[in-house]
Amino acid sequence: MKKTLNLLLASVTSMGLSFGAYAEDYITLASTTSTENSGLFASILPKFEDATGIEVRVVAVGTGQAFEIARRGDADSLLVHDTTGEKRFVENGFASERADVMYNDFVVIGPASDPANISEAQTAAEAFAAIANAEATFASRGDDSGTNRAELRLWKNAGVDPDGDWYRELGSGMGPTLNTAAAMDAYVMSDRATWVAFGNRQNLELLFEGDKVLFNQYGSLRLSEAKHPHLKHEMAAKWHSWLLSEDGQQAIADFKVDGQQLFFPNAQ
Amino acid sequence: MENNAFYVALSLLLNFDTALFQIVALSLQVSLLAVLIAAVLGFPLGAAVALWRFPGRGGMIVVLNALMGLPPVVAGLMVYLLLSRAGPLGDWGLLFTPGAMVLAQVVLVLPILAALSRQKVEELLGEYREQFVSLGMSRSRMMPTLLWDARFALLTILLAGFGRASAEVGAVMMVGGNIEGVTRVMTTSIVLETGKGNLPLALGLGIVLLTLVMLINAGVYLVGELTRRRVG
Amino acid sequence: MTSFHVPHLTSSILSPPPALCFDGVTFNHEDKVLLGPCTFTLEGIGPTLVMGPNGAGKSLLLRLAHGLLPPTQGQVTWSGELCPRQAMVFQQPVLLRRSAVANLIHALAVNNVPRRARTKLAHDALERFGLNACSNTPARVLSGGEQQRLALARAWVLSPQVLFLDEPTSALDPAAIKAVEAAVREFHQRGTRIVMTTHDLHQARRLAGDVLFLSGGKVREHTPADVFFDKPVSREAQAFIAGELVE
Repeated sequence: MKKTLNLLLASVTSMGLSFGAYAEDYITLASTTSTENSGLFASILPKFEDATGIEVRVVAVGTGQAFEIARRGDADSLLVHDTTGEKRFVENGFASERADVMYNDFVVIGPASDPANISEAQTAAEAFAAIANAEATFASRGDDSGTNRAELRLWKNAGVDPDGDWYRELGSGMGPTLNTAAAMDAYVMSDRATWVAFGNRQNLELLFEGDKVLFNQYGSLRLSEAKHPHLKHEMAAKWHSWLLSEDGQQAIADFKVDGQQLFFPNAQ
Repeated sequence: MENNAFYVALSLLLNFDTALFQIVALSLQVSLLAVLIAAVLGFPLGAAVALWRFPGRGGMIVVLNALMGLPPVVAGLMVYLLLSRAGPLGDWGLLFTPGAMVLAQVVLVLPILAALSRQKVEELLGEYREQFVSLGMSRSRMMPTLLWDARFALLTILLAGFGRASAEVGAVMMVGGNIEGVTRVMTTSIVLETGKGNLPLALGLGIVLLTLVMLINAGVYLVGELTRRRVG
Repeated sequence: MTSFHVPHLTSSILSPPPALCFDGVTFNHEDKVLLGPCTFTLEGIGPTLVMGPNGAGKSLLLRLAHGLLPPTQGQVTWSGELCPRQAMVFQQPVLLRRSAVANLIHALAVNNVPRRARTKLAHDALERFGLNACSNTPARVLSGGEQQRLALARAWVLSPQVLFLDEPTSALDPAAIKAVEAAVREFHQRGTRIVMTTHDLHQARRLAGDVLFLSGGKVREHTPADVFFDKPVSREAQAFIAGELVE
């Protein structure tokens, strides 16, 4: 087995594939699809690389999977948006430090006809209650992601137990969920970044935004040196502190799609 | 026009986008290498199961046949757990590299090559057996003869394996991580663009992938037919 | 034959083969006795023609003699210490999916003939059997007669001391039959012991040195050819030669 794999290594290398394992100046960052799909990383990573010579390789997955990757020691750094989960991750000893980096916000999307009339709502709780009362079709991520957890908190705030034919749990990422919502004219909650960059809107429109409870905080975590001594902690520390630095925060603020700022730096 | 997938596919190809070229090249390298490794292991394995009688042989055939339907994401998960830092081969640091993707595709393709070649070789053995025994051939000597004489069928089997490798997304997504410029291949790009709602671009990439796979199939078919006509 | 130093292929006349002994040999399939018990000894180089009606067990006897099948009871042995070099030509020639010459080279390779000697030996054999024009033709697109000659050429390159032929001409036209019979004579002249089955009396008359006559799975008679054709001993053989239906 080992022999075969060595052969495999040799042949892959000889075919000119870049073999991450042997290039030293990079770190692997586990993060969420919203940051990757919106184009944020494509905008800020070159600036970080220019400043430090360190390449950041992003594995963009759901928040739950990102935690799991970091827990197993398969990534050098973690950037996600589930503050509660992040704090627990630190408490459990998997990360040594957590810091606020930036926030974006969630928006409620729905068919242009707005059958539940949520565009008139004053608060997110009102908007969610209106959807439930109208029993208008709502597409939920249903994948225990950061967005999904936030959505479930909002239903709770609205005093609604989402259940019934109108509430569809898709078990999908943000993009696929938006595609499905577009196809069935459903309401859906999305992070603003994914929505702005989303290309297949069909009949969907942004119907509700701006309530403070919809803010979506991103945190950067330094992983535990004790649990995973093999990780590239030194480079990961540079990445972490760059994100919180003036340069990093400015880079985040400078990222715009169609002239619209999507992420708001708020490092302490 | 920009919303037409065929237009997108055509302009992708005509503009010869370097990012696209890199993605296509990586897709081909990973899948071809995976199929090559799977063939080196799988064809002799299939022939061996056809040739030898041993306890558990029937069970092995059933398992091989069943593994042809192994969901890619399960193969990906297995390889992920194997290569993860917390896994048995974690020290190799292969996770999220093209090497991990090759390994995952080998896991997917190997059962196809082994199971189908077992069937073909066994069929051929039925025809050749008396002659082989008459020539005083041992079983291990029969293996290369059978594999060579089954070469046209094996070529088709190889294409089936390549099709599976180049078409799957679950395994490479999981163990490669779809890292831009490092482990992003055609299928993971298609998933990514679909997620972004760029459906025409996603379908355009799909058409590029399909075109490539068809070209490879046509090439292999032509070479196969020409040789078959020459060699019989 | 050639200047190559290949131990068992250098002499044009082969050393005489050992005698083949069947001692109480039977062959059963699921409790049904298909052949035997048979006890006989084949000495000299024949040609021995194994004759008898369809279903008499001729092919079975050949396969038992060649070692393709193990007997249910009894023993098949060769006098002398070593098993002689043998080859067999089947009713339907089994040819590999490659060119005519590659079929011969393959047979030489599996018999450990040195690589550099193979091509020459293969081409010599093709020429001897009139196949040099189709040496690069895929074996399986050759005509039936050519295929059978190729099977004989493959046997030839192995210089067998014993050659078994199982109804080698039953599917061929007269010209092809003639060529196969000529080939059998060539083997005989080289000193190869021939054991051949046929149900064709005329062919047997043309080729036989002695005749082993089978019917109903039993050896009814083993006599020199002239005796067999003039004054057959067994009732079954008499009937067979007289052209009656024999079971």
